[in-house]
Amino acid sequence: MGVEIGVEGLTKSFGHQVIWQDVSLTLPAGEVSVMLGPSGTGKSVFLKTLVGLLKPDRGSIRIAGTDITALREHDLYEVRKLFGVLFQDGALFGSMNLYDNIAFPLREHTRRPESEIRRTVLEKMDMVGLIGAEDKLPGEISGGMRKRAGLARALVLDPEIILFDEPDSGLDPVRVAYLNQLIVDLNAQIDATFLIVTHDIASARQVPDNIGLLFRRELVMFGPREKLLTSEEPVVRQFLGGRMQGPIGMAEEKDAAQVEQELAQLGADADPAPPGVPDLTPRLLPTAGITRPPRWEAIADRESLRQVRASIRGKAAGS
Amino acid sequence: MSLSPTGALRHTGSLFAMGLDVLRTMPKRPFQMREFIQQAWFVASVTILPTALVSIPFGAVIALQIGSLTRQLGAQSFSGAASVLAVLREASPIVTALLIAGAGGTAICADLGARKIREEIDAMQVLGIDPIHRLVVPRVLATMLVAVLLNGLVSVVGVAGGYFFNVVLQNGTPGAYLASFTTLAQLSDLWAAEFKALVFGAIAAIVASYKGLTAKGGPKGVGDAVNQSVVITFMLLFVTNFVMTAVYFQVVPQKG
Repeated sequence: MGVEIGVEGLTKSFGHQVIWQDVSLTLPAGEVSVMLGPSGTGKSVFLKTLVGLLKPDRGSIRIAGTDITALREHDLYEVRKLFGVLFQDGALFGSMNLYDNIAFPLREHTRRPESEIRRTVLEKMDMVGLIGAEDKLPGEISGGMRKRAGLARALVLDPEIILFDEPDSGLDPVRVAYLNQLIVDLNAQIDATFLIVTHDIASARQVPDNIGLLFRRELVMFGPREKLLTSEEPVVRQFLGGRMQGPIGMAEEKDAAQVEQELAQLGADADPAPPGVPDLTPRLLPTAGITRPPRWEAIADRESLRQVRASIRGKAAGS
Repeated sequence: MSLSPTGALRHTGSLFAMGLDVLRTMPKRPFQMREFIQQAWFVASVTILPTALVSIPFGAVIALQIGSLTRQLGAQSFSGAASVLAVLREASPIVTALLIAGAGGTAICADLGARKIREEIDAMQVLGIDPIHRLVVPRVLATMLVAVLLNGLVSVVGVAGGYFFNVVLQNGTPGAYLASFTTLAQLSDLWAAEFKALVFGAIAAIVASYKGLTAKGGPKGVGDAVNQSVVITFMLLFVTNFVMTAVYFQVVPQKG
């Protein structure tokens, strides 16, 4: 069963530069959350703070009841065993082949016999589709394979919390779709708490239960998927729509007057989502062969209900 | 590295803190035997040949200097004593230190730095493994061991080089050279030199590991870290050498 993460009033700065301040949110146990944000808003810093690699200036992070910001380095290593983290480039150990990379946490932390380690490692490699690549070195394989190997290594200790740092960066759209499906399937199978840091909107629309958006040194919004996708907040609309018009500029934020003007212009041209009919992308569901836990059963029911409603509405509009 | 005085102080502090961490983590089980042997072998393999090649001319230079000096003073019978003393006491620990820092330390720093910027170190910490225990302690112990052994090698090769130059090239008397070996030098000089080498090895490895683990800013950051680690190690080694020599003269009574 996953673990809840409670973040309260978190602030982080490097020198005089504030990265983000007063971030408060709760990642519900067992659910998938996505943290969105333009490049350079400190999403990766947030992720590293959650695992205790960086110390926040203020605020607390409660994981399974303990505040990890107050922990000593030694105790932190114990808490980190709850985590599996997929780093941007996989962060595999360059001197070991894939098999040894994935077996590494088991060999360091457990006294299991080699045959048992082999079984676990091969099972996880099968899960991410890497069977047959055991002897390859990280330098010899593609970025997508490195990511999947990194994921297998993150899974090998059966973590309660899995963090993904931009799982889709540098991958082609097809592989991104496969990876998203893999994430959803994993969530249904192991029931851990997931946090995905990304700026890929398509994934953010399909995969999570909750979405958060970091912008302008703060958490603009965090809540259920439906709430964010139908939000009228200009920053959220701009980011999810991938538009140029709005508060987010190329270099940094724009001034208020210009934003006002652009949004008025955009409103006059065409409103992409007619009010009253929220345009919701259907959620990605676990693959048919996987036994769905009750939580996913409920989600699937809700999704099919919504589809039925949409088709009725479509027929009504057509006739 | 920032140039502000507080920045320099902070770096000094964290370097020292890491030294303490290494000490504290050293007795922690399980000891990383495999990593230790690999690293010892690695450091030895990158340092043995250059050390031998450097110590021959080093011994020769000392022999030449002393040879001409003793001839002017008419004290040729003491040239063996003086050159052994110089090689054993000062030359060998310093040559060892320079090569350990220049060949071994840079390799350690570049290795750890590359791992750091590829996020391997972060990944390791997230997997619940302390990089100080898993990577730094074996490297420090391996470097210390190799430094002690290298010091022996430098002493032998240096003295042999000195002998060759004094006897063969400057027509010194072999018997006088060998007979005067122990007139000035004593066994405690060798122990002191070995102890120096041990400390130098520890300093070189700790500085290299610290610089490697704090590397940032991509591949250029690793280059900078290696550069700084050599400079810092050299400065520390020469200061430490001075202090240890001064203490040695106070503690151990001298011959002659």
